[in-house]
This record gives sequence, C-alpha cells and structure tokens, in this order.
Amino acid sequence: MKLVTAVIKPFKLDDVREALSEIGVQGLTVTEVKGFGRQKGHTELYRGAEYVVDFLPKVKIEVAIGDDMLDRVIEAITKAANTGKIGDGKIFVVALEQAIRIRTGETGTDAI
Amino acid sequence: MEDLVQIKYALDTFYFLVCAVLVMWMACGFAMLEAGLVRTKSTTEILAKNISLFAIASVMYLLVGYYIMYSSDNGILPSLGMLIGDEHSLADVTAGGDEAPYYSSRADFFFQIVFAGACMSIVSGAVAERMKLWAFLGFAVIMTGFIYPIQGSWSWGGGWLSELGYSDYAGSGIVHMAGAAAALAGVLLLGPRSGKYGPGGQINAIPGSNMPLSTLGIFILWMGWFGFNGGSELKISDVESANNVAQVMVNTNLSAAGGLLAAMATARVLFGKTDLTMVLNGALAGLVAITADPLSPSAPGALLIGAVGGVIVVLSVLGLDRLKIDDPAGAISAHGSAGIWGVLAVPLSNAEASLVGQLIGVISIFAWVFVASLLVWGLITVVIGIRISPEEEYLGVDAVECGLEAYPEFTLKK
Repeated sequence: MKLVTAVIKPFKLDDVREALSEIGVQGLTVTEVKGFGRQKGHTELYRGAEYVVDFLPKVKIEVAIGDDMLDRVIEAITKAANTGKIGDGKIFVVALEQAIRIRTGETGTDAI
Repeated sequence: MEDLVQIKYALDTFYFLVCAVLVMWMACGFAMLEAGLVRTKSTTEILAKNISLFAIASVMYLLVGYYIMYSSDNGILPSLGMLIGDEHSLADVTAGGDEAPYYSSRADFFFQIVFAGACMSIVSGAVAERMKLWAFLGFAVIMTGFIYPIQGSWSWGGGWLSELGYSDYAGSGIVHMAGAAAALAGVLLLGPRSGKYGPGGQINAIPGSNMPLSTLGIFILWMGWFGFNGGSELKISDVESANNVAQVMVNTNLSAAGGLLAAMATARVLFGKTDLTMVLNGALAGLVAITADPLSPSAPGALLIGAVGGVIVVLSVLGLDRLKIDDPAGAISAHGSAGIWGVLAVPLSNAEASLVGQLIGVISIFAWVFVASLLVWGLITVVIGIRISPEEEYLGVDAVECGLEAYPEFTLKK
C-alpha cells in the first residue's frame, strides 16, 4: 500500500477529486495548508505599512491506495491539478505500513 | 395659542429625542468599525469595551456628569452635584418669553448622554488589543463622569470658553478632539502593540480582521451623524430652525463624502493601492471636521472642509506610525487631527468666530483632557496596571479578559 500526498492549488481541488473518483479511488483526506516552493510570495500594503506574504494557501490531499493503483493515481492527480503555471504543487509517495478500518476492523488492502 | 406652544414643545422634544437615538446608534458604529480593524483574537474584548462604555456613560452622566456640565455656575471650576433635576412643567413652558424652555429637560439629558458616550468610544479604538479591560472601564468612569463634563461646562455649559467666543456647534473639539486627547494620553503610557514597530524605523502591518464590519460601522456612523449634527441645532419647530437643520444635514453628508474621496485619492497616490481602511477613516474625518460648524458653510464649502480633513487623516495616520504611536483604528487621527482642523476652520465661514478664540479653545480643551487623562491612566497603571503581559498579548486579549473567542470556528491565529 502507498500513501500519496499531493499539495495542490486550492481551486484545483474539485478537479482532482473528480479525477480520482473516476479511476475508483474511494476516499481521501483534505487539509488546508500554506506553503511555498519556488513560487515566491508577494507584498501587500496595510495603512502604508508593507508586509510580505511568503506562504501561499494550498490544499493537501492524502489518499491511501493499493500498489497496483499508484501509476494511475499519479497520472490522474498530475493531469487534473496542472495549470502549467508556477505553484502547481507536488506529489509525494510513501510506503504505507498498515491501514485499519475502524468500524469493521478490516486491515490491509481491505481497509482502503 | 397655548396649543401652538405645546405642539412646538412636543415637536422640538420629539426631534431632539430622535436625534439622540441616532447618536446612540453611533456607539454601534464605533463598535463595528473597531471590531473590524483589530485581529480576531481581540474582537470580543473591543466589543465588550464599546457596549459597556456606553452603559457606563449613561450611569456616570446621570450621577454627576450632567450636573457638572450644565449646572456649574463658576464658569471654570465644576460644581459638583448629583442627578438631573426637575422636568419642565406646562406652566414653565407656557409662561413664554426668552427664558421659557422649548424642549423637555429629560430630552436634553438624554441627548447629552449619547454625546458623552461618543467621546469615550473614541478612546477604545486607540488602545485596542493590549489594554486591560477593567483599566479601560475604570478610566471610562472618570472620563464620562468628570473629565469630559468639566471641559464641556466651559463651552456648552456656558462657561469661560463660550464667553470667549469659542464656537463648536456639535463638538469637533469638545467631543472628538477631547476623545482623541484622552486616547493619546492612554496610548503614550500603554505603548505600541507587540511586533508593530521594528528596529530601524520599520513599521509592521497588523491587518484588521473584518472589512465588512468596519464598513458597516462607518455607514452607521455616517447615518448617526445626521442626528449628532442635526440635533445640535436644538430646535426644529420654526422655519429658520427647520431650514438650518436641513442645511446641517446636507453639509454633514457632503463633508463625509469629501473626506472619503480625498482620503481615497491620497491613499491611491501615496500607496498605489486603494486602502479601504483609509477610505473609511476619510469619511469619518470629514464628519468630524464639519462637526464644529455644519451650519455656516455653503454646501461646496462643507465638501472642501471634509476633503481637507480626509487628506489630514491619511497623513496623520502615517505620521503617528512614524512616531511609533500605535493607533489600530486611526482614532487619534480621525478625531484629533481632523477635529482640530474642524475647530480652526470655523472662522472661514462663520464671522462670529475668531481664529484666536478657536485656538484658545483647542489648546485649553486638549491640555485639560490630555493632562487629566494622563494622571488618571497613570493612577490606574500604578494600582492595577493598564497593559496585559506579553504572553497574554500573544494569546489574545479575548482569551485573557473575556474567556471567549469571537470567531471560534476559525482556528488559525496570528
């Protein structure tokens, strides 16, 4: 099993969710985050005082999937979240050691 | 004939009461304006301050304030007395002549409470986010009960300033600059918010949390001001007074508009962006500026007076920041700087006022309120302290003083 984490632009959330749904991903977790990579912040002005907004709002999606789905999931997220402009985000893949469904106690790939 | 006198009395009383209600509503305007200009972690406390200062003003003005302001007969020193005396009887009114009262004395008292409340609410915006709540409320008791009425007795109470010819129709100096003077004294003792100023003259932005509330607040203030200035004509039941009231409301509106547009343009030119908070402060400065005389100027004149106020407030906000005087709501600038301009502008359109008389008024009111406030703030500092600790300031004054968050659903705090 793998845990795929994707940090994307917030307005792309619906597109990515739909794309994942189409390839059969059952569930996902979404968090609102802030961050930056090579996309720099910008300055704003409040009553004459400048301040720098370094951190940009992003959305982090986490999906737990079976190994066999990994390539399709990466492709789906990449296509749906891509705008071609700087700040599109990143996908990280980590090995998922265990997963448990709380309601039934199922484990492993039965749980995801 | 007597019926006519009765009707005029009733009409003038009614008009006065309605205007007083409009000015009371300004307390809401200030609360909304200030709530929007502070951070979410300070919002509950500023709302608590605003609504309770009005209650305190109501009580203190009943107990001692009204007597001091309107029954002091010395002209300089206050006469201490309590409560608000008797109401006018039918016989008093129908007696006729120049001394006959033409509106209810209770209505007069009610109208004056809301002015005392307006003066006090100016202070709350300047000391926001870092003052102990009860230090503020304690100051409010002294300000509304004593400091404000004593200088008010010099002018509206028929004392030495009014005899000198000081002219201040609805209180640019007596209410607004006075409030700003008390605020300045407090802010100087209090110090700036943590993190507001950095080394080497750096000024850090601490953005307000709710622009819709602040805008709502200014709209409410704008509307309430028609009562603030309109009611200060004190009469409506004859042709001259009625026409005056109309002129006053027209001028008040145009001055607000002029202040807003001038501040908007100034901010756009200086910053390259149209800062809404400056636009709002501009409208307020226009309203404050015309308050010293909303009757004498022509409508275009009122527009200009407001416009100058709008430019002044923007420059004053920037200037105070350079001096490291932290005023989250721009209260000292909008009410003090624009208030001083308003008082000094009166001779431009009112031949009965003189620049000298106005200057003496400005200086004496400012000096009295500033020094008296400094002493009271100083006393409070010694007794319970006026500033919350740095740890408490980080947590937010809401958590520390009120024990509840204004926006508990939003968990991100700065």
